[in-house]
Amino acid sequence: MPKDEFQKYRLVGTRPNRPDGLDKVTGRARYGADISAPGMLWGAVVRSPHAHAKIVKIDASKALALAGVKAVITRADFPDGLTGEPWNLQENTIAGERALYDGHAVAAVAATSRLLAEEAARLVEVTYEVLPHVTEVDEAIKPDAPVIRAGAADASVPEGMPPNVVRYMEFGHGDVEAGFAEADIVREGHYLTEATHQGYIEPHACLGQMGEDGKGEMWVTTQGQWYIRKMCADVLGMEVSQLRVTPSEIGGGFGGKTTIFMEPLSLALSKKAGGKPVKIVMSRSEVLRATGPTASASMDVKIGMKKDGTITAATANFRMQGGAFPGAPVDMALYCAFAAYKLPAVHHVGYDVLANRPRAAAYRAPGSPNGAFAVESLVDQMCLELGLDPIEVRLKNAVREGDKSSYGPKFGSIGLIETLEATKDHPNLQAPLGPNQGRGVAAGYWFNHGGETSVSMAISEDGTAQVSVGTPDVGGGRASIALMVAETLGIRYEDVRVNVVETGALGVNEPTHGSRATFASGKAAVEATRQAIGELCKRAAADWGIDPEAVEWVDGAAQPAGPNAGKFPPMSLAEIAGKMGSTGGPISGHHESVPEGVGASFGVHVVDVEVDPETGRTTILRYLVVQDAGTAIHPAYVEGQYQGGAVQGIGWALNEEYVYGKDGRLQNPIFLDYRVPVASDLPMIDTVIVEVPNPGHPYGVRGVGETGITPPLPAIANAIHRATGQRLRHLPMTPAKVLAAIKANGG
Amino acid sequence: MSKIHVTTTVNGDAVEFLADPRETLLDCLRDHLGLTGSKEGCGTGDCGACSVTLDGVLVSSCLVLGVEAQGKQIGTIEGMATDGDLHPLQRKFIEHAALQCGFCTPGILVAAKALLEKKPDPTETEIRYWLAGNLCRCTGYDKIVRAVQDAAAEMREKA
Repeated sequence: MPKDEFQKYRLVGTRPNRPDGLDKVTGRARYGADISAPGMLWGAVVRSPHAHAKIVKIDASKALALAGVKAVITRADFPDGLTGEPWNLQENTIAGERALYDGHAVAAVAATSRLLAEEAARLVEVTYEVLPHVTEVDEAIKPDAPVIRAGAADASVPEGMPPNVVRYMEFGHGDVEAGFAEADIVREGHYLTEATHQGYIEPHACLGQMGEDGKGEMWVTTQGQWYIRKMCADVLGMEVSQLRVTPSEIGGGFGGKTTIFMEPLSLALSKKAGGKPVKIVMSRSEVLRATGPTASASMDVKIGMKKDGTITAATANFRMQGGAFPGAPVDMALYCAFAAYKLPAVHHVGYDVLANRPRAAAYRAPGSPNGAFAVESLVDQMCLELGLDPIEVRLKNAVREGDKSSYGPKFGSIGLIETLEATKDHPNLQAPLGPNQGRGVAAGYWFNHGGETSVSMAISEDGTAQVSVGTPDVGGGRASIALMVAETLGIRYEDVRVNVVETGALGVNEPTHGSRATFASGKAAVEATRQAIGELCKRAAADWGIDPEAVEWVDGAAQPAGPNAGKFPPMSLAEIAGKMGSTGGPISGHHESVPEGVGASFGVHVVDVEVDPETGRTTILRYLVVQDAGTAIHPAYVEGQYQGGAVQGIGWALNEEYVYGKDGRLQNPIFLDYRVPVASDLPMIDTVIVEVPNPGHPYGVRGVGETGITPPLPAIANAIHRATGQRLRHLPMTPAKVLAAIKANGG
Repeated sequence: MSKIHVTTTVNGDAVEFLADPRETLLDCLRDHLGLTGSKEGCGTGDCGACSVTLDGVLVSSCLVLGVEAQGKQIGTIEGMATDGDLHPLQRKFIEHAALQCGFCTPGILVAAKALLEKKPDPTETEIRYWLAGNLCRCTGYDKIVRAVQDAAAEMREKA
């Protein structure tokens, strides 16, 4: 395996084939919908065609009269009396008194075939009383808007706020008015981002089984099997430990598979059908209508800047709707908005607003792309006005280790400066630009999350190792963990097998979210390996009759630690493992924690676009991602995260949006109309991995998964501005919008 | 609805199944023949995850009825490796890290193989347009295009 230049480690930083690669190129890998069980039924869901409606009556008699229909369930089949988040989950799983959005589940059926289940679902008669609805955030926040749910506001919302405001926040530091007074120019902008969907190609799918004894099992595509277990148990009123959840391979999640949708329905249907397993596979339109979307945002930003580019003060006022439930990531949007800048004075205000849309789920750096679109657009506009280089302005204001962040805490080790410097040096910045072409720059930020983590590893009889992790592999996680364990243990990468295990095999693990899997499961796997190494040294010490403290582990073998410890030849892992049955039994390591020492990651993107002045269509000519990875464990999969994040951001910037009709129904619930980027839309995505090691991880890892979706939104807006002279402040920047902006200004 | 007996050939093997006339070829492959390598991402012919060949023609199996397979030759991802040897595209996809979640991978491999059979030396643009009907949400396509280019180069050398 060729090593990357300047490589510090034997294995970490190399690019071996991923251990699950063969299964995934041969069609053998088993995803959510790929499993069947004896006696299995198929489930189908009845969904509201209305954005907001009272459910007057549900008549399932015609469905139940069909031969082969085994169960119909409604909210009446779920326990009463839930409160807080469990109630939210239950209400979103299946509507109670009212359907709250187009696509909201109101009933579900189980039958002996998929076609029969779908037919039965069509025969369930639901009588609705249609209610006034609201889908747009700026409408939903008005005092006289239709009320989604009275009493949903939490304690953060002051008296007298409009009824759909359910969370309110206000924070900052310094004297912003004094800061604006000190500035040479003060500019404001109003920005809108539309809701998008994570767009994982694999629809949600599960196979659930639950008997009268209250014991259940589930096979499901998820980012987090323990989250699914707890949420299903909450919604169904069952004991958490009685449900065993096995994660399938996951066909993309991006945050959207960290929560539940139809999973409890399969369990409830199974129970009602006498314990027969029930498989539910969503259609694409169900995925788009009823799962995952992001929040949409309406944002105002104000920035004061001196002529030399120094930012003196900034304010942000963000309003976001995340559907009919609390949870729009307005807090995260605000935390990230100014994170790249060292600000003497900053003030943030945020509103989380209910609307008649599906409940927003996490999507890659939730909130951060929205905030970055507003702030990075305005910073760029001010750079243009003052004739300043956008990278130099960011360098001038960049946060460094020890600086107070815009959202409060002091930064630990971060690599923004290094990332900006690496960007400046890239040849893409020297590429000449032609007519109607422009170059846009923007920075982005995301945290890294520790989260509950539990990992086990065990030495096998032949000196190989197995590792059990609880974080599903979304894009090379097994490979990176195997690299770290093999590096630590001193064995070959190929001799480590990493298994993503079911809920019965480990303590609670948070999902693969928050850019945490390689950081948290990786750190725990290294700690578990170190524990096993301690035991391996003990076994060698016992064999040699010396003190265990006098044994060290070097290159996959125990050896005496120095001449005073005694003279023994190194004892290999295979040798110790081969006789472990007679020297004290299995040798394993285990680690659980909520790992600290997370390392945040900054990224800078540079995009060159060409805008067709006749059609308004934007073509991406060149795209560069520069981001701090701390240490790239498997650089190919780090690049993959950068490239994938960037392209999701490109989709958000140019094509993707939820389009609601006046009737409150989603107008584009198929991939033909909800258009994600395709191969012919794009050039190669160039990447530079900056490595400023995170001192909080044994190999210096920072989570890299999320930051990459953040800069493309403003970077493309900035490039379009430089190509056309027009500033677009409302995503997506479709050909129609770009053309209208050109025409409106005499272009 | 009464079912129809279908006899067909999948990856060179004679097979038969009973299809509801409403079932797609994709449903039949997955639910009747246990060939779950072809995936359903959309059911409307927009994502390409269900790509197979029907008498050598690349199709979205979600847009073909199962009963239409009668007497045809079907090629799926499960038949792409021969005698245990991976197709160069399969090998290059692993080597180039051209997959993350892997869900779109079977469809993309089947589609890319059809491209290289038609055009052994495609340009980057030709690869991108040929694969424009296969959505990948993880990779941004960069490593996929490189893997196809590299596989094509290797296949030309060996041809």
